[in-house]
Amino acid sequence: MKTLVNFFPDLFQAEVEETLKRIQSHKGVIGTMVVNAEGIPIRTTLDNSTTVQYAGLLHQLTMKAKSTVRDIDPQNDLTFLRIRSKKHEIMVAPDKEYLLIVIQNPCE
Amino acid sequence: MLPASSKMPHKQPPPPRKQSISMGRGARKRDEDSGTEVGEGTDEWVQSKATVKPPDQLDLTDAELKEEFTRILTANNPHAPQNIVRYSFKEGTYKLIGFVDQLAVHFTQVGNLIPKDSDEGRRQHYRDELAASSQESAKVVISETEILEEEEEPKEVEAGSQTDVPIVEASEKMAEEELMTPKQPKERKLTNKFNFSERASQTFNNPLRDRECQMEPPPRTNFSATANQWEIYDAYMEELEKQEKTKEKEKTKTPVAKKMGKMAMRKMTSMESQSDDITKVTQAAKIVERMVNQNTYDDVAQDFKYYEDAADEYRDQEGTLLPLWKFQNDKAKRLAVTALCWNPKYNDLFAVGHGSYDFMKQSRGMLLLYSMKNPSFPEYIFSSESGIMCLDMHVDHPYLVVVGHYDGNVAIYNLKKPHSQPSFRSSAKSGKHTDPVWQVRWQKDDMDHNLNFFSVSSDGRIVSWTLVKSELVHTDVIKLKVEGSTTEGLEGLQIHTVGCGTAFDFHREIDYLFLVGTEEGKIYKCSKSYSSQFLDTYDAHNMAVDAVSWNPYHTKVFMSCSSDWTVKIWDHTIKTPMFIYDLNSAVGDVAWAPYSSTVFAAVTTNGKTHVFDLSINKYEAICNQPVVAKKKNKLTHVQFNPIHPIIIVGDDRGHVTCLKLSPNLRKMPKAAQIQS
Repeated sequence: MKTLVNFFPDLFQAEVEETLKRIQSHKGVIGTMVVNAEGIPIRTTLDNSTTVQYAGLLHQLTMKAKSTVRDIDPQNDLTFLRIRSKKHEIMVAPDKEYLLIVIQNPCE
Repeated sequence: MLPASSKMPHKQPPPPRKQSISMGRGARKRDEDSGTEVGEGTDEWVQSKATVKPPDQLDLTDAELKEEFTRILTANNPHAPQNIVRYSFKEGTYKLIGFVDQLAVHFTQVGNLIPKDSDEGRRQHYRDELAASSQESAKVVISETEILEEEEEPKEVEAGSQTDVPIVEASEKMAEEELMTPKQPKERKLTNKFNFSERASQTFNNPLRDRECQMEPPPRTNFSATANQWEIYDAYMEELEKQEKTKEKEKTKTPVAKKMGKMAMRKMTSMESQSDDITKVTQAAKIVERMVNQNTYDDVAQDFKYYEDAADEYRDQEGTLLPLWKFQNDKAKRLAVTALCWNPKYNDLFAVGHGSYDFMKQSRGMLLLYSMKNPSFPEYIFSSESGIMCLDMHVDHPYLVVVGHYDGNVAIYNLKKPHSQPSFRSSAKSGKHTDPVWQVRWQKDDMDHNLNFFSVSSDGRIVSWTLVKSELVHTDVIKLKVEGSTTEGLEGLQIHTVGCGTAFDFHREIDYLFLVGTEEGKIYKCSKSYSSQFLDTYDAHNMAVDAVSWNPYHTKVFMSCSSDWTVKIWDHTIKTPMFIYDLNSAVGDVAWAPYSSTVFAAVTTNGKTHVFDLSINKYEAICNQPVVAKKKNKLTHVQFNPIHPIIIVGDDRGHVTCLKLSPNLRKMPKAAQIQS
């Protein structure tokens, strides 16, 4: 699927947009944001200050987590990172160049 | 210093002793030699004319006396050995060394003089000058130290290797100096006391000007990197990929597509650079969506994995179905579920075909593939113009889905390609059915490794389709004829009434054997090789046969269900059914369980699911449960998951419900024996 993206970018752009929309409209989701490799947020549904804060902090944490996993076994790689706190859950899915962060309030 | 040695041909008579008193000229010479030892005084005193010879002196003739002896002064060392022999390893013998070192050292002394021009000499001279210049500007107070320096200076100039001596002397001098008044520094210039005047002139100092040029500092960036184990690993993997790429390039260089390759490469690179940012988040977005869903349906996921109905321990003969997820999609809301199929490779993926059973209301169809990991949205969506009536997934190629449509067409969808259009499609030219296709089934690849599948339709044809070089080629296998219904038409033509096939199933082990259910309620046992005759006929039902299915373990047993409210179990050698079950409502579908030969499930139009276990109860269902909320909802299909203890049930509103089987329903028989 990844290589096909390079050949048909338009096709996949719509699909990705749709997926992100669905995630945002899912039950309990507070916000979503896409952060690039340098920690700069590209797209977000939250306000600027919160986004910048989340982006900076989570980027560092994800890099650390990824480094940890790979140090233990270089053939392994981080798939995703979940941080569950009292108020909500932060889910981070790292990609080759990007980081997708979703904050959800799981109904209990 | 070489000693003078005399080399004489003859033996020399022993030199006269000091005691010998000899007179005469010849003797006088000797005497003088000896006389020098004794002293001049003795010589004058002893002046007798008589020569006294010692008794043991040699008597030589005059000729012999006058013989001249040559004395040669050579520079040879008398102490040096003349016949040194050394062992030569090269030749393996002792060899006489001709040349012997003639050097004899008489006296050595280590001196402390160094030449002026040598490095050390120059260095000391330089130090001298420094010390001297510092002395001139020094005050009287520090003259003592100067003096000490001065004193030490000459010592240094001498560069004595014998350091203890100068230090000792210096320390002595120091002691002396402390007592003494400070000496005067260097001698001053002698000047005329009368009319000496010093004249000096100063030249004009040119004004100095500083000229500087400063440029902008070169732009600097901070660069930092880490070298972890995985970074090193990544670098190696990249290298490996590059090498492999170059190898491939070399391989593909030979064909003519050289230019094409370059163009393609350029296109690829430009595409890669142009592709929008957001598309690369696809994979991450998928994962996150699943995570979000997992959170929402957390309890369901937990149930699926771990919940076992504890009450089953007390209910020996009964089991329950626990509803898990419900899959539905807006686009398929008004379409009924017409087909369900689990993916043979990925156990969480299943395909749902949507269409309509209603003859009057025919619209489009949809093929949705869901994963249990994401219950809110399907993984793949395909839409078609005509309703989908049946589908099947290939065992070896789990990405190929064959679909049969209401308009009689068959199509193959390739999940690897994201297009909404099917990869291959039949058409009127390529022999599509003239009536809805009720069932399709993949077969083993034929001898040319072409993909092959069968379809059955109401037009009475069972067709075998082969995918030959991206084209569907069809072969009619059997035409279903209703026996005893040939009528005499015009001009003696025999018109056969064509039967309508509604379901078929292939035997698991015997390749050519299959069953066909028809609309008239009959089941025919057929063989792929016989195209005109049936092997056997069973008068199964009063209404159309909705499904037939061979037992996965008992090769002789099969099951059929029909809209006449019954489910029947047969042995294919016996013409009458072994078991008949009346379920009070039209039965939509039956399916055998993959884990047991005695368990099967049936769904009815009153929204109930019945699960039977023949080893426990031969006459009644052990589970009888309404699965859908509204009673009007008709259940159309049911499928067991090959691995997990769940079933999916489709209804005519387009919903698919996933249910978990309680332990009682999952009992595996110890001795799998069905008793007829």
